Amino acid sequence: MANYNRFEAFEMDVLKEVGNIGAGNAATAMSTLLNKPIDMSVPSVQLLPFEEVAERVGGSEQIVIAVFLRVEGDVPGNMFFIMQEHYALQLMKQLLPKEHLDDGTYSELELSTLCEIGNILAGSYLSSLADFTQLQLLPSVPSIAHDMAGAILSYGLMQYGEMGDSALLIETSFLEDCKSLEGHFFLIPDPNSFDIIFRALGVRLG
Amino acid sequence: MISELLIKVGMADLNTAANGEHLKTTGLGSCVGLTLFDPTKHVAGMAHVMLPSSSIAREAPINVAKYADTAIPELIERMLALGANVSRLQAKMAGGSQMFTLPGQTDSLRIGPRNVESCLMMLEQYSIPLISQDTGGNFGRTIELSSKSGTLTIRSVQHGIKEI
Repeated sequence: MANYNRFEAFEMDVLKEVGNIGAGNAATAMSTLLNKPIDMSVPSVQLLPFEEVAERVGGSEQIVIAVFLRVEGDVPGNMFFIMQEHYALQLMKQLLPKEHLDDGTYSELELSTLCEIGNILAGSYLSSLADFTQLQLLPSVPSIAHDMAGAILSYGLMQYGEMGDSALLIETSFLEDCKSLEGHFFLIPDPNSFDIIFRALGVRLG
Repeated sequence: MISELLIKVGMADLNTAANGEHLKTTGLGSCVGLTLFDPTKHVAGMAHVMLPSSSIAREAPINVAKYADTAIPELIERMLALGANVSRLQAKMAGGSQMFTLPGQTDSLRIGPRNVESCLMMLEQYSIPLISQDTGGNFGRTIELSSKSGTLTIRSVQHGIKEI
């Protein structure tokens, strides 16, 4: 099995490309949804100690909106779409101006809208990845949480728990032109999934 | 007076405190924050347990703080070194929630309740009474334990602050 603790730079680059393709398509979907240009960051692929994972979105206690999908099929893994609270509120103001109360809370309709947005974005991320790799990726129904980043992200690290104290994350962020909107994708393939990704993309495993 | 010192306990980590120091761990989801307290010696301990049992570990050497069945003995050991006595220890715990619920969920994703069960079993083994708990639900928690009073303060987004 490919050891995710010791990937070569080349293998990390392949995983970056995975993030690039997935998030590129998701950003296009977001741009269509909002009718605004959306920029995307260079994907980051890192082996992160559990403790540092939540730092990527503002720290363990940072309150975020997160949509989670469990991916089954050829490449089992966990997928998160995460927005900091003020960006999610901003998005609601744009999409549901009549529904949105400016009191920092979310109505049932707003949460379900955010969940569906996460679902659309994660879906386009995963389907472009499936096209590109010719692998079958089967996302679960989406589930949303409005809670501390640490509590949310740790849910996606369990598969790594029995192997060590760090996890390999493929992270991509997008932002709107004037930085009024920002979101993060985290694809966390299960430790055993890397072999399959590499093989599908023609990487020779040593 | 010296202000109360805060000792941070990370994920899959444990630590002890005395002399009025506080122990804190943040963002407990399915993980369990297990705390022990000796009210006579004012010695406190906290473990941020991630998984129920070290029998599934595929790492070597294992991180004892990560698994309920290894973290609790280690925590007790360290508290004894600070003058605590097992017969006086009182336990409290928080966390073990289920952040997301998916249809047809496999057992590995029901980790929160399993962490709680495993912690309870370990406490039973050492005959340590569980004074109070705030476990389950579908939300995250941050906890802080005072080594002076043994009070456990729990903070969550939905339910604010409470003490147990």
